[in-house]
Amino acid sequence: MAHANETTSPPSAGPAAPSGPVRKKTLRQSDRRGVFGDKLFSGLAMAAGIAILVLLAFVALFLSSSSGRALYSEDEGLIVGQFLQYAMPLVGGTIIASIIALGLAAPVAIGVALFISHFAPPRASRSIGYVIDLLAAIPSVVYGAWGMSFLAPAMVPVYRWLHENLGWFPLFAGNPSGTGRTILTAGIVLAVMILPIITSVSREIFIQTPKLHEEAALALGATRWEMIKMAVFPFARAGIISGIMLGLGRALGETMAVALVLSGGALTASLISTGNQTIPAEIALNFPEAGPGSERQAQLIAIGLVLFIITLVVNMIARWIVSRNKEFSGAN
Amino acid sequence: MSKRINAIDLNVYYGDFLAVEGVNIDIEPRSVTAFIGPSGCGKTTFLRTLNRMHEVLPGARVEGQLLLDDDNIYDTAVDPVTVRSMVGMVFQRPNPFPTMSIRDNVLAGYKLNGTRLSRSQSDQVVEEALKGANLWNEVKDRLDKPGSGLSGGQQQRLCIARTIAVKPDVILMDEPCSALDPISTLAIEDLINELKDTYTVVIVTHNMQQAARVSEKTAFFNIAGTGKPGKLIEYDETTKIFSNPSKKDTENYVSGRFG
Amino acid sequence: MSTPTQETTTPPPPKAQNSLTQGTLPRWTWAAMLAGSVAVAAALAAALGAAFGAESFLMPLWVVLVPVIYLPAMLILQWVRINKRKAIDGFWKNLVYLAFLIALLPLVSVIWSVVSVGLPGLLAPGFLASDMSGITGRIDQETMETGGDVLGGIRHAIIGSLVITLAATVISVPIGLLTSIYLVEYSRGSWLSRAITFFVDVMTGIPSIVAGLFAAAATAWFISTASSLGLMAARPYTMGLTAAIALSVLMIPVVVRTTEEMLRVVPNELREASYALGVRKWRTILKVVIPTAISGIASGVTLSIARVIGETAPILVTAGFVVNANWNLVSGWMATLPVYIYRQFQNPIAPAATEPSEQRAWAAALVLIIIVMLLNLAARIIAQVFAPKKTGR
Repeated sequence: MAHANETTSPPSAGPAAPSGPVRKKTLRQSDRRGVFGDKLFSGLAMAAGIAILVLLAFVALFLSSSSGRALYSEDEGLIVGQFLQYAMPLVGGTIIASIIALGLAAPVAIGVALFISHFAPPRASRSIGYVIDLLAAIPSVVYGAWGMSFLAPAMVPVYRWLHENLGWFPLFAGNPSGTGRTILTAGIVLAVMILPIITSVSREIFIQTPKLHEEAALALGATRWEMIKMAVFPFARAGIISGIMLGLGRALGETMAVALVLSGGALTASLISTGNQTIPAEIALNFPEAGPGSERQAQLIAIGLVLFIITLVVNMIARWIVSRNKEFSGAN
Repeated sequence: MSKRINAIDLNVYYGDFLAVEGVNIDIEPRSVTAFIGPSGCGKTTFLRTLNRMHEVLPGARVEGQLLLDDDNIYDTAVDPVTVRSMVGMVFQRPNPFPTMSIRDNVLAGYKLNGTRLSRSQSDQVVEEALKGANLWNEVKDRLDKPGSGLSGGQQQRLCIARTIAVKPDVILMDEPCSALDPISTLAIEDLINELKDTYTVVIVTHNMQQAARVSEKTAFFNIAGTGKPGKLIEYDETTKIFSNPSKKDTENYVSGRFG
Repeated sequence: MSTPTQETTTPPPPKAQNSLTQGTLPRWTWAAMLAGSVAVAAALAAALGAAFGAESFLMPLWVVLVPVIYLPAMLILQWVRINKRKAIDGFWKNLVYLAFLIALLPLVSVIWSVVSVGLPGLLAPGFLASDMSGITGRIDQETMETGGDVLGGIRHAIIGSLVITLAATVISVPIGLLTSIYLVEYSRGSWLSRAITFFVDVMTGIPSIVAGLFAAAATAWFISTASSLGLMAARPYTMGLTAAIALSVLMIPVVVRTTEEMLRVVPNELREASYALGVRKWRTILKVVIPTAISGIASGVTLSIARVIGETAPILVTAGFVVNANWNLVSGWMATLPVYIYRQFQNPIAPAATEPSEQRAWAAALVLIIIVMLLNLAARIIAQVFAPKKTGR
């Protein structure tokens, strides 16, 4: 820096003034390198931010341009109908799997979060929370392997039993799978995977409940459950919803677990027979075999784009719910 | 070393909001000047305009002139960073850098700017600055320990040492004792008394006894009501402000009959 | 209660029944009730199993029936003996405990299965040091028949995972760090910062397979454009760098979010203290703000690495799969641990003898989990070690 040139010590002017290196004391002198450093650094920071916007624009651009051939062929013109015929069953399968996962995971996850925040002994709750966080970090392919090798065989007799006794119900109609690798098994695996996510978001928000509100409720003679209903849930509602939506987004986009567990097929209402397929698994199973630049590859990229839009909508809804609930939650 | 401060028709804005209006003040070099007044009257805001610190907040700007000796620090050619290296500041709550040792905290002004000092030079700076802040004897054996391990009063003196280590002309203090116990406060007040031999010291305080104890001149700021700009009501010798002020508002405030 | 008068020095005789304990049940109630439920559930499971032909899963049925009996029974007992409010409170408490137990079940099962099945494979000689080149279906078949050690290993997959993840980190961390610095220190709530925050949120929601598709499509386009302009020879887009780009798309939003959070908790007082010493903003950020937040930033980055190192789908569509080690990011296919696991399950080396492939897959899964856990542990240690020291007296 410019100050550094002058390092001689002038005689000290008073008891409190240390001698040693001294700065130049002219107001109008500004060190150009310093100003340049400021400009360079702020420019770099802003450029990085813009790079992210550009990257996302590229994602949208490349996905839509690469999927063009799935919607338009030179021989037949627009083939949107054909694509929809291909895409709709996959969208259906994705949604079925996600609904199963969410239906199973959300209540349990909220229960676990409550257990950690309000029921478990304080010493244990920290380590339980840490274990839950670790479970969120287990790679999805491991969950998939577990679902395929352990859960699916275990579910075979249950599916057979369900079919024999509840076969009149459309969800349990059809031929029960002999391997257990059905959409219900995939949904259970997804539920296990998203459970830690919903748990850790809900736990975060439960812990933040103002102690004052809780104690006010307890001081009125409320039982613990009444206190949770009065103080914790109203405060945490938006947080729980955003946690669930986060889990839903994960379930929608989860690839490997479904690709390993589900032996896919056509869309069917039956949860216990083979059939149904989700978008991410369809892509993962077929993309490596599809030739570069082929129409098949374009089709796969196109459904990838559809998946992207679905998760985007889910995230938007989550954010909207959270922002709408904010004013009532007392979080501000 | 020490410089005169002269504000001429100074207005301070936050966005469109006029926070302080029309301040004219002349602060002598090598003196202690206290700013007193009720909360929200703009005394801290005005203090922060003296080293252009208020610009850190978004939308803050200034109209008028503020002369340091004869140079306007708000001249367009002036770099605020240069101003701040000449006008040091001590804050309300002690804020030593938590990642640095006591020694590095004192040298922060040099180290953060990338100025290289030889070992002997930096030893000299550390010792003189800590002696100047009356802290040397308490910390000389643990200079390599973190600054955040000191008591509140020691931390505040460390912050003063850090400020005088870069040899400013003016030291601004924004309620430096409000977070400290009475004994630490006394140590800081003694220190202020010594500092005025070398520096121009400007101190904002809520404590009128403190203003009376440490300052030679006192400026009383007041505000007509919420949403109105703060104004400099009276600026005079401290003894006169506290014994025989010329304005009714000042008398009400110093006699405790205020609000 | 004794009355505070001078005369009565002797305490009154203890009451037979403390009035405050009225309306509570003895402490052992729940244990007795649980034992009863277990017995009833066993009988019921046997009866149901015989009636509906569910003999094949009597144990699970029994386990399911225990809470089905216990919860309502406790509810009724408390309702009758104490009151409705207490009963409902107890019912929900039991439900919460039940939720916790239900959650533990699959999680313990996952860990147990990976460790118990994966450990023998991991201990097979040369598993970490060899790759899969030369391992054919015939070899696996022979292993099955002779019962020898399973050959082949994961050296190439570990190398691939490390190289690709490192490349993704090198791309993501500077961009993520600088972006969060822009958001916290420079933007002052401008429209650009709002746009960045919004789109970083959008990015967080990108499914990993879509990130892979993007990287594949983008790299293919760049290569074909560059080669048609004569800048480089045409080559396949499947390479380590493409996978690293895909992982960066997933990693950048995580880095931005965590770093932003960490920078925001650095007290403004420290920035002001630095400015007041005449230090420039960029130096203040580099030397005061970031060092203060470094523990949080480092642990956040480590966690994001742990997150992407387990990603399978984006690598499957971008880096292909190989059987031998490849250190070169920009040429040739690469294998990573998750893809290795997936391929061993989905396309066993010997379709007729899948056990050796499965053993390798489980062992690789165990290695992957150990790596992820170590990264998580490292994140916690980093957060503690680099945190600003609070004591020094």
